[in-house]
Amino acid sequence: MGQIELKQVTKSFGDVQVIPPLDLTIHDGEFTVFVGPSGCGKSTLLRLIAGLEDISSGHIEIDGKDATDLVPAKRGLAMVFQSYALYPHMSVRKNIAFPLRMAKMDPAEIDRRVNAAAEVLNLADYIDRRPGQLSGGQRQRVAIGRAIVREPSAFLFDEPLSNLDAALRVGMRMEISELHKKLKTTMVYVTHDQVEAMTMADKIVVLQAGVIEQVGSPLELYRRPRNTFVAGFIGSPKMNLIGGEEAAKHDAATIGIRPEHIDVVESDGMWQGSVGVAEHLGSDTFFHIHNTGLTETITVRAIGDINLTHGDTIHLNPRMHELHRFDAQGLRID
Amino acid sequence: MATKASRSAARLMMAPAVILLLGWMLVPLIMTLWFSFRVYLPLRGGDQGWAGFDNYIRFVTSSAFWPSVQTTLIIVIGVLAITVIFGILIALLLDQPIWGQGVVRILVIAPFFVMPTVSALVWKNMFMDPVNGLFSHLWRFFGAEPVSWLSDASLPSIIMIVSWQWLPFATLILLTAVQSLDSEQLEAAEMDGAPWHKRFWFLVLPHLSRAITIVILIQTIFLLAIFAEIFVTTGGAFGTRTLSYLIFQRVLESQNVGLGSAGGVYAIILANIVAIFLMRIVGKNLD
Ligand SMILES: Nc1ncnc2c1ncn2[C@@H]1O[C@H](COP(=O)(O)OP(=O)(O)OP(=O)(O)O)[C@@H](O)[C@H]1O
Ligand SMILES: [Mg+2]
Repeated sequence: MGQIELKQVTKSFGDVQVIPPLDLTIHDGEFTVFVGPSGCGKSTLLRLIAGLEDISSGHIEIDGKDATDLVPAKRGLAMVFQSYALYPHMSVRKNIAFPLRMAKMDPAEIDRRVNAAAEVLNLADYIDRRPGQLSGGQRQRVAIGRAIVREPSAFLFDEPLSNLDAALRVGMRMEISELHKKLKTTMVYVTHDQVEAMTMADKIVVLQAGVIEQVGSPLELYRRPRNTFVAGFIGSPKMNLIGGEEAAKHDAATIGIRPEHIDVVESDGMWQGSVGVAEHLGSDTFFHIHNTGLTETITVRAIGDINLTHGDTIHLNPRMHELHRFDAQGLRID
Repeated sequence: MATKASRSAARLMMAPAVILLLGWMLVPLIMTLWFSFRVYLPLRGGDQGWAGFDNYIRFVTSSAFWPSVQTTLIIVIGVLAITVIFGILIALLLDQPIWGQGVVRILVIAPFFVMPTVSALVWKNMFMDPVNGLFSHLWRFFGAEPVSWLSDASLPSIIMIVSWQWLPFATLILLTAVQSLDSEQLEAAEMDGAPWHKRFWFLVLPHLSRAITIVILIQTIFLLAIFAEIFVTTGGAFGTRTLSYLIFQRVLESQNVGLGSAGGVYAIILANIVAIFLMRIVGKNLD
């Protein structure tokens, strides 16, 4: 079990309301990702769920029971911190066993669980080392190990991969996803990296200034962003958002088209402009196009090794059925 | 300092300081050793030649020697225990967000700026005086018989005075250590179900061990030599004669420099034994 429900939850630090009234249901077994720009209240929301911060008003229910006033240890949740928060004076084994020791569990059972966790996370080689003698990725695994031995009803992750290098991050991303498939436990994951959100989540919660902008599966958010904020935030590179006259032609205040939904054509494109910066990734090339007559710079994805360099003229054809339209309030028009 | 060049540069840079410190230490040390083997009575004939080991034998066989060693150790251990325990408590309190934090912190540090002689006199005359002291007024207020602190409870009184002086130092060092503790670790432990006393035992105390080691080492060095506090309060009476006070009496009251110097050499040996002992127990925290 691991259903978490937030009902009209708010949080203020002094006079500043960081989270205005917020409702959210996280279903049992779901991998939910909170994503949003820095300072939007993701960590705060996670800490409210964990019980590390008191909520200012509203209710939190875990598995149908009111947990608003429960201390963190009694909520049955395990958290993995950004700094790993390993206990530096204890060996890896003692670190992982710590929550079980605090629960006064039988030593034989503690051993069994620690060994099982070490097995799952490949910790066996350095189980007697101290955290200071481990690499970042290994520390991350230990922190996850300390969380899984408790067999919590949900895991909370606060940007667990942000201290790792790019290659390791991709690896750990896979490991956490696999762990989720294996354990089938609810996971709540905070990140500001929309790639992490897209690749890992069953459900993405997009936050801005403490307000939920949209909740949905990664593809839902990609295909039908509810407003310009979500449209610009989800997807990489960013969706082209175009206002002014061009948008007016489509009866909208803003139109959006993703770089991958614009075709590069030989001639007679709907738009034409000159190539600015070209980012060659090998499989794809991203062109930034200027002088299209639009107020914004347009980003385009072209497949493979297309031969255009700085200053060349380029013809573009957006796919009209992939066009997103938004009204003056930034809300989606269907 | 990894490379050979940087190591030798470092040696060169450090040389003046090392030489200066060595000279500073070696000159008095050699003079003490020299006098300890001489019969040197400034008011009764001056330097009268070699004494062999007579001074050393006389110093240890005197009935005052072992009690003075014992007194020294009691004071050192008592002050260390009080300053470390209360230092940790006050550091933990000062780490809490409280109103007027800055002022409170300065007040806590204040005793360290008071000269030992002055603070001992203040304690003796304002607090511990059996007739006019604040304590005697307090005792009488509750209908109790005032205590003659410095004669009836002389050692505890001195431990109290010295602890009061050293508590700020311990608190300050421990406070910086407390503040450097990662709050996410404490939160992780909270989520792991550790109540506050277990968080203290398993996280805070191990984190403080290095700072505690430093406090103990530095304080021990200074406490072995406390003098002013005893000089202005009991004058070495009522069982408060420490080793350093005994040496002072031999040199100045008995006017026997040779005998006092021999005592000084014993004091050096005692300090080294204590230091080695401490390094063994707690030094591994300083790796
Ligand atoms: N203890 C606190 N006291 C006052 N304000 C706070 C406190 N903690 C967070 N805030 C404020 O609440 C807002 C949300 O902070 P939060 O840490 O949740 O952001 P975040 O979304 O996790 O950002 P990041 O991606 O940078 O970690 C910020 O504006 C921050 O300044
Ligand atoms: Mg955060």
